Amino acid sequence: MPPIPPRLVMRGIRKTFGSTIALGRVDLEVLPGEVHALVGENGAGKSTLMKILSGAHLPDGGEMEVDGKPYRPHNPLDARAAGVGMIYQELSIAPHLTVEENIVLGMEPMKGLFVDRKAMRARTLEALAHFDHPDIRPETLAGNLSVSALQLVEIGRSLAMGCKLLVFDEPTSSLAQKDIERLFTLIDRLKAQGISIIYISHFLEEVKRLASRLTVLRDGSVIGTRDVSTVTPEEVVALMVGRDVKDLYPRTAHQPGEKLLEIRSLSGRKKPTEVNLDLHRGEVVGIAGLVGSGRTEFLRALFGLDPMSGGEALVRGKNGAANPRMRWQEGLGFLSENRKEEGLALNLSIADNITLTCLERFGKAGTLSPRKQNAATAVWIERLGIKCQDPSQSVGALSGGNQQKTAFARLLEHDVDVLLLDEPTRGIDIAAKARIYEAINEVVTDSIRPRAVIIISSYLPELFGVCDRIAVMSQGKLTRAVPVEKLTPHDVMLVATGKAADLP
Amino acid sequence: MTALRLKSALTLLGPFIALLVVYGIFGMMNSKMFTEDVMLNILTQTVIVGTAAIGMTLIIIAGGIDLSVGSIIALCGVVAATLVTWHLSAPVIFIATIAFGALCGLINGGLTVGLRLLPFIITLGTMQVFRGAGKVATNGSPVNLPFDVTAYKPWMGGAGIPLGVWLMIILVVLFGLLLRYTRFGRHIFAVGSNENTATLCGVNVGKVKLLVYTISGALAGLAGIMIMSKSSQGDPTTAMGMELDIIAAVVIGGASLSGGEGTVLGAVIGALLMTTIRTGCVLNGIPTPWTEVISGAIIVIAVIIDRLRHRKA
Repeated sequence: MPPIPPRLVMRGIRKTFGSTIALGRVDLEVLPGEVHALVGENGAGKSTLMKILSGAHLPDGGEMEVDGKPYRPHNPLDARAAGVGMIYQELSIAPHLTVEENIVLGMEPMKGLFVDRKAMRARTLEALAHFDHPDIRPETLAGNLSVSALQLVEIGRSLAMGCKLLVFDEPTSSLAQKDIERLFTLIDRLKAQGISIIYISHFLEEVKRLASRLTVLRDGSVIGTRDVSTVTPEEVVALMVGRDVKDLYPRTAHQPGEKLLEIRSLSGRKKPTEVNLDLHRGEVVGIAGLVGSGRTEFLRALFGLDPMSGGEALVRGKNGAANPRMRWQEGLGFLSENRKEEGLALNLSIADNITLTCLERFGKAGTLSPRKQNAATAVWIERLGIKCQDPSQSVGALSGGNQQKTAFARLLEHDVDVLLLDEPTRGIDIAAKARIYEAINEVVTDSIRPRAVIIISSYLPELFGVCDRIAVMSQGKLTRAVPVEKLTPHDVMLVATGKAADLP
Repeated sequence: MTALRLKSALTLLGPFIALLVVYGIFGMMNSKMFTEDVMLNILTQTVIVGTAAIGMTLIIIAGGIDLSVGSIIALCGVVAATLVTWHLSAPVIFIATIAFGALCGLINGGLTVGLRLLPFIITLGTMQVFRGAGKVATNGSPVNLPFDVTAYKPWMGGAGIPLGVWLMIILVVLFGLLLRYTRFGRHIFAVGSNENTATLCGVNVGKVKLLVYTISGALAGLAGIMIMSKSSQGDPTTAMGMELDIIAAVVIGGASLSGGEGTVLGAVIGALLMTTIRTGCVLNGIPTPWTEVISGAIIVIAVIIDRLRHRKA
């Protein structure tokens, strides 16, 4: 008996767009029943590779095999007929059709001139049997379903066509936590049935949970394939960014210095209530807590974006007016958790976004020199590794990670003493995260003027990785900040969920 | 660098090419389009809408809108004409009328900022208020300039290129520089692109909006003087619906109604395009209703092109 051929072989795939080489000789192999993760920074070539696999692009060179047979799709329908299905980030479901009409769309079973509705129903039920979801019935209008249910319909469409290889492109980006768990269970089940899956994700935790191997792409080439069970996050980041990353959370010894910020009984409109916190040069204080506990409201009130209803915030011993303009002048900077709606002006340039708080430095008497703005911006593009064409490109055209670096660079360009960071790494790829952790460590350990940082995060490993002290917000109340050495994630969770009143 | 320069050049080039094409088509139908007289006429006809469109560009970039601008122009025309009948000197009349326009703009801006209401609603109201005020002040009939007053003729007519055209060109350069090379200019873009970001970055959003409406009002005041100069009277019923021409010119010129984008040069090219269509239709004997259809279609096409451009970016 001959050995079972791999489900998919891609050999020497090349693709150029004009003068840019999108892919240069990529090899990839996926086994039957394997979940194979594909990771890489934005622009590494993941989507181009998947577009070639799904027939949306033709490769310039190289060959592909599916189950040992040559495979060269000319369009997505070809691909599906050969057993390769794509589940895109933006779902391609027609809202005005029913679930079953969507599932057979483009491959409707025919009886003479008419659609064979009985066959359609049978095929749909067979596909839906993979996931028993109460809302998804063949006759439901797709427009009435939730995003997670639509995703299942999309998966069902591929299964109904007998796809043996499914490609998931960032499938969890628009799902709630419980839907994510349900999707993972489904993927496990599909895997057990021998269906192969290529899973594209920024999130290493998801990759660890699902995949057996991962392949790292960088600048259009495969850098390496590793077993998920043995690879470390540091190794993955190093492969993605192409340089040695010793520690995802770099940490040189922090030296707390003078007191920069003294918060006394600060209260917001509803939350938080009576917050006390001191912050010194050269330290990072983390604020843990559940979403909605008042973490964000605390920083917003401190920065003057929301009204303060009581208490005071002394910056270097002085009690200034709580409004954003004053705070920037005092040397405080705020990074919003919501970069699209608040953090960045998306159709303005990178340079404008980075320099907006300190335009007066770029020209005399109300004038402005775009050249100087661009020159200053170029420094941050280089230092933070912001992937872009040039400083005058609009921020909206950048990937999430690069947008976040831009928003972060604003604080660095303004050269603030206190960085208030609200979820600084949410939803960005791990390489961009590593850059931001590095930058935090750099400013805090600056030999001449060490800065101070308050960081809000829902991700405890991150807080334990970067912070000197952690305080927990629960129902608007903030505990004292305790050195991380004396804490465990468990202690923090107990307070955050209200099962303990204070940190030990 | 070059790729982006090219893109921003294309944004301006679009309306400019449209202008050349439309001009060329009408020119082929009637070679009179290429005579100096007609060209001068088109330029002169553009002054009023063009001047007001410069101010509207600032408002639209800042994410606002002003529906009352036509009414402000008419009201300021009445004010200017009345002042002329009082035998005040031209500089005084210019300053007073522009200040009056600025006051109207300040009212729009103040209500929008102070009450935190949509400028669409506020200026829909003030459009009627300003229009009505002009009619109340004059009992609905125009204020005619005395026959012996000729000082305002050269602004919108006479031999050679009228002063108003030069003024419009100077204003385009001035406000073009303002938008690109001043802090205030960047603040206008920031407010229109994302008000929350502007607030977060310490930009005084209220002040920026107030200033933008006030400047636009002042430019509408200037346009009012031009409309008085052109017709030798202050007519409270003139410039009806002109706000739509002005807004259309700004949008044809590449501004986005959701804010954060636009150029004054584009807006004036947009205004020129609209005048060209009107003049071309008249010269070719195309009936007025058709002129309206064609102008309207051009606006729709401009908006569609704008959408396509944004999808690509």
